[in-house]
Amino acid sequence: MAEVSFFNEMTLNDGGIRPVYGRIASWLAATPASLLAARRAQAELLFRRIGITFAVYGDEEGAERLIPFDIIPRMILRSEWNRLEAGLIQRVKALNLFLADIYGPQDIVRAGRIPADLVARNSEFCAKMAGFSVPHDLYVHIAGIDIVRTGEDEFYVLEDNVRTPSGVSYMLENREVMMRLAPDLVADHRVAPVENYPDALLATLRSLAPPHANGEPTIVVLTPGQYNSAYYEHSFLADKLGVELVEGRDLLVEDNVVYMRTTEGEKRVDVIYRRIDDAFLDPRAFRPDSIIGVPGLLDAYRAGNVTLTNAIGTGIADDKAMYTYAPEIIDFYLGEKAILNNVPTWRCREPEALGYVQEHLAELVVKEVNGSGGYGMLVGPHSSKAQLEAFAAKLAKDPHQFIAQPTLALSTTPTLCDAGIAPRHVDLRPFVLSGRNGMKVVPGGLTRVALKEHSLIVNSSQGGGTKDTWVVEDVLFDDRACERPN
Amino acid sequence: MLSRTADSLYWLARYVERADFLARIIKATQRLATLPMSYSGTGTEWESALESSGAIAGFRSTRGKAEEASVVDYLAFASDNPSSIRNCIRYARTNARAVRTALTAEMWDAINGAWIDVSRYEPSAQGPSRYDREEISRFCELVKKTSLDYDGSVERTMLRNDAYWFSRLALFVERADNTARILDVKYHVLLPEEEVVGGSVDYFQWTAILRAVSSLTAYNWVYREGIKPWLIAELLLLRQEMPRSLISCYDNISYFLDTIASAYGRKGASQIKAHDVLARLKSLTISDVFKFGLHEFITAFIEDNDRLGEAIAQQYLQ
Repeated sequence: MAEVSFFNEMTLNDGGIRPVYGRIASWLAATPASLLAARRAQAELLFRRIGITFAVYGDEEGAERLIPFDIIPRMILRSEWNRLEAGLIQRVKALNLFLADIYGPQDIVRAGRIPADLVARNSEFCAKMAGFSVPHDLYVHIAGIDIVRTGEDEFYVLEDNVRTPSGVSYMLENREVMMRLAPDLVADHRVAPVENYPDALLATLRSLAPPHANGEPTIVVLTPGQYNSAYYEHSFLADKLGVELVEGRDLLVEDNVVYMRTTEGEKRVDVIYRRIDDAFLDPRAFRPDSIIGVPGLLDAYRAGNVTLTNAIGTGIADDKAMYTYAPEIIDFYLGEKAILNNVPTWRCREPEALGYVQEHLAELVVKEVNGSGGYGMLVGPHSSKAQLEAFAAKLAKDPHQFIAQPTLALSTTPTLCDAGIAPRHVDLRPFVLSGRNGMKVVPGGLTRVALKEHSLIVNSSQGGGTKDTWVVEDVLFDDRACERPN
Repeated sequence: MLSRTADSLYWLARYVERADFLARIIKATQRLATLPMSYSGTGTEWESALESSGAIAGFRSTRGKAEEASVVDYLAFASDNPSSIRNCIRYARTNARAVRTALTAEMWDAINGAWIDVSRYEPSAQGPSRYDREEISRFCELVKKTSLDYDGSVERTMLRNDAYWFSRLALFVERADNTARILDVKYHVLLPEEEVVGGSVDYFQWTAILRAVSSLTAYNWVYREGIKPWLIAELLLLRQEMPRSLISCYDNISYFLDTIASAYGRKGASQIKAHDVLARLKSLTISDVFKFGLHEFITAFIEDNDRLGEAIAQQYLQ
């Protein structure tokens, strides 16, 4: 694939530098490669010392790795961000209304806007949530929406994550590390801060407490434990929120009330920011073999004695088949046109689309509707003939399970690689908070970067890294003419 | 605080203290073992080291003769010895990681940094250590420095709340156990009738005991006379000013348990047990102990200390 077909966020095809990257380009030009490499090594040491590691599933138990951190920040103008923010808020608002409807009257199905079987036969539909209204009708309190850029004005939503999205700790720690490694560069750019995220999250969680808590709720973060790949993040958030980090075995339910076991006896819990998947939350209600859950939690939740964030059953809203209906969902509930577009998507469940996908398999990216983390997907242009044939067989057998998208021309940003600075593909995951106190998105989010040349897969489990994301004021950069390197 | 958090803090502190003790045992035994046979007595120093660290049974069932290189490997690195130093630091870190939110950044740094350093040392496959004495010395220094770093960060950075009290409590429970164990193994060389006028073959055994609990210099300051075995026993059992003596450990244990009880507004079995043991230690002189039988006394103490550990677990950690 020719480099030229991708939007390079720093360097235009004619060699000009986009103004927003002007100071970054000068900094890169003025800093010797050896110094950049030293900074990167320093960053790695910082991360390792702080213990920001993640575990890779299927790897030797307890193996901890660092997510590679790239010290060249990813730039976004405030005007671009404003549009993204409006689109994100619109989208998450609509998804919350959609969930309240799906677990309630299902107006959208009766109106014929989405197919009935897509709900009824969806494995993510949680029958135990039907007909029960959650506090303030909010299901998704913390969302991570993946966005890709393909051109000067082209942003697309690649994926919604409204179950237990992770990565926000990297957003926060990346900024801390950048401020230590390149304080002048950060200061020069007047970067919009992200450090208020934990406060905003705490305010959101507090706003969701059941009435009996009288405004002083006991909040906990519920983790599967230290061998979970995102454990660092769980402990990081609990620490920043100033709340207990609990495991399932620390909680118990008596008479539909949740308590935690403390050195002073049992203490009532009001809000649980849970980072355990639905299926493992309550062995009495869901998977009976779950040893990380809390027996009786669902009943306590349904009795209104405890708030779970996110609610149970949100998976039906971010399932990749439902994703394709996001524009209809936004239109149906808000009467608005979607501000952020979806990536054009073929639903393999539709015979006509399936025919197209089967003919063009080698050009497309095909994903399982319930897959995550980049597992089980086919990237047509990067696959061998044998891989294509094997996948075609899977697809023919169960087309409902798949969607297909064109191989997106993901934008690139300059990235420090072994061979020097080179363009690498990136995406962006901003985090959207929804509480009774309103909605909030801190400016920026987590930029993930595919470190392998030509790779379009940014997932940390597949060799992706992260970058700090800087939202900067237009006035600081607009008036600078495009500079050409001499 | 969460019982599980208290439990992790408690074991974190115990493992750090245990690692430190094991490093000192190795160093002291190395020293003893380099002496000519006629000075060091029996030639079974490494067996004693295994006994003092409670590892003799595990060693015997998987290894051959107790020779320096294989004992050092077993005590310092072996993955199949649950109490090897390497495992202690690993468990300490696992516990630390489980309660990251209850630790200060400095405490985490001390323990995580220690694991990064210690994990570079590889165990041999149930054989002799792959490192020479110089390297083992460096390793032991590293471990001793870890406990200093960790203790220092606890003292200097932790809030004075129950997390701190449980950390300190655990350190003294573990330390009392360690001091008692080394006395249990070596009690026979401390009996007064073993004294030989004009220097004893046991002299080096005595100093080795003092070194293992980092008390050689302390001895000199407290007694200002030559090494006498019954004075060593007194120092390690009954001298308040000696930070590793049983009485000093129980002073601290009682203090921290009382502090917890008053903060929670409730006393329990562990407070009662701790005060019983402390009162007994306070009522005795060293000649009472010898009359009772040093060995019997220490055996009873180790049992008492274990029971206190169980009481603490039942009252707070489950």
